[in-house]
Amino acid sequence: MGKQLQVLRTRGKATSGWQQIWKQYKKCRYLFILLFPVLLWYALFSYGPLYGIQLAFKDFKIMEGISGSPWVGFKHFEMMFTASNDFLHIIRNTVIISFYHIIFGFPAPIILALIFNELRLEIFKKISQTISYLPHFLSWVVMAGLLTAMLSPSTGAVNQIIQLFGLKAIYFLGDPDWFRFTLVVSGIWKEVGWGTIIYLAALAAIDPHLYEAAVVDGASRWKQTLYITLPSILPVVAIMFILRIGSILDAGFDQVLNLYNPAVMATGDILDTYVYRVGLTQMQYSFTTAVGLFKNVIAFALVLGTNYLVKRAGQEGLL
Amino acid sequence: MLMRMTGGEKAFQIVLVVFITTLCAAMVYPFVHMLSISLSTPAEALRSGFHLYPKEASLEAYKKVFSSEGVWIGYGNTIFRTVIGTCLSVAVMMLGAYPLSKKYLPHRTFYTMFIVVTMFFSGGLIPTYLLIKGIGLLDSRWVLIIPGLISTFSMLIMRNFFMSIPSELEDSAKIDGAHDMRVLFSIVMPLSKPILATVALWTAVNHWNAWFDALIYIQDSTKMVLQIYLRRLIVDNMNQDLQRLMDQSMMGVQAVIPETVKAAVLMVATIPILAVYPFLQKYFVKGIMIGSLKG
Repeated sequence: MGKQLQVLRTRGKATSGWQQIWKQYKKCRYLFILLFPVLLWYALFSYGPLYGIQLAFKDFKIMEGISGSPWVGFKHFEMMFTASNDFLHIIRNTVIISFYHIIFGFPAPIILALIFNELRLEIFKKISQTISYLPHFLSWVVMAGLLTAMLSPSTGAVNQIIQLFGLKAIYFLGDPDWFRFTLVVSGIWKEVGWGTIIYLAALAAIDPHLYEAAVVDGASRWKQTLYITLPSILPVVAIMFILRIGSILDAGFDQVLNLYNPAVMATGDILDTYVYRVGLTQMQYSFTTAVGLFKNVIAFALVLGTNYLVKRAGQEGLL
Repeated sequence: MLMRMTGGEKAFQIVLVVFITTLCAAMVYPFVHMLSISLSTPAEALRSGFHLYPKEASLEAYKKVFSSEGVWIGYGNTIFRTVIGTCLSVAVMMLGAYPLSKKYLPHRTFYTMFIVVTMFFSGGLIPTYLLIKGIGLLDSRWVLIIPGLISTFSMLIMRNFFMSIPSELEDSAKIDGAHDMRVLFSIVMPLSKPILATVALWTAVNHWNAWFDALIYIQDSTKMVLQIYLRRLIVDNMNQDLQRLMDQSMMGVQAVIPETVKAAVLMVATIPILAVYPFLQKYFVKGIMIGSLKG
């Protein structure tokens, strides 16, 4: 019925394609009044910056602005890979930190979700879930405050415990060898609880009849998990994984910017903090635009690649 | 229920409960610690060992914090961006989601793609910065609201929700002569309260916690948000801010030390969220579920 109200009526004589389209738009003019500000916003703030991407191929001169600055082709990209070891080092840090985040941080919420799913006492389950969401609601600025206090080599709680065992205090935030570990563990602490939500939703959607049939066939809890639970959440895991890989070059900018310091630059500096520091504070606009572009292109390729592999493996992909 | 479990299952449950309890303790302890430190005298704050409660308590740190300008400036600006920003965001996103939810919108696929595609690329930090600069939004309070006005993800969730509203309701209103905007405001909006609440809460929390945009776009310290004030104390270790905060007189016993004062500012910045989130988390959780399953 709704569709019939909106059916176009042409008046007998042939109208051109454009006139028909104009009629459609006129009929929906209120919708477009509503939509227009939104489209404008996207045009300006999402597509607008794309204009500035050309800086990656130019040498930015403040006086000339973006359009007036001279073209330099791939000079910046060459510089990235040849000029000094700096850049490759940064990529190395970014990828290593990201890998750690993925290897430990990706399974953590899945495992926690499975554990939450096994709890029988409802009240305990609800309370502990609510508590686990808590760190997600904090900014990394607040986290930095908490972590500096907790991980302090002199008064921090964690080092107190370590020293109880007779070991030497560890300077988690100041020792380049421990910094990555700190990043990954604090990252998990912050997001593991919140990350369980999407998996718990998937777990709740599993047909209980499957479990009943398995019990009848004599399957143990462990076998049930292996053959029913895990395969059932595999589609969700696959999609989350693709998204995760897509952000492999991100490595947690918010976190690193708030936690890093000169002492841990060697292992902690990542692509985004490099772009921020060298680009914004040191004003090397065009070079860092090139770095940013490089990063986005690779990330996009990774998403496409992982999506393709996941589809090959028989799962539904993202795209 | 406990009766029905076998011995092995009971043992398993106990192991799980112990594990989860330890995890929860690890999540909660840092706050207890900070709260305790913020309420401690300097001597007590520097004591080694766990801080579950202050053995020697003092409100000095909070007194200093509330009498400092920085905290109030921070609160003012943060509340401004959270309230105004959230209201504007939800309103604009609703205006955008509604047309996109109508199947009869001409070129609907094009407009949807135009918007969705932006989730997969970005201009990058520098081009965005230069754009903001070019528009003249630098150092204005509105730079905290307008560039981040629309979250594509949230708008899509709204759209999906609108799509699930039965069309009979709208059709009957249209027969009575209402046009699209009237339908949106009188019929769809009241029905969408849950989803609007969810999106509003998400947006509000993001605004409260946002710091990076304020960091790069704003230099004027009267426009500083709470997170930036906090960051300057904790991360940048800005000593002038600290000195002004501590306002020590030359003589006499130290009433506060950096540790207690930093802890107090941190608590002041975080307690609103802590107090509020347990009651609102069901909205967030539902929002994610709707978004992921229908996404």
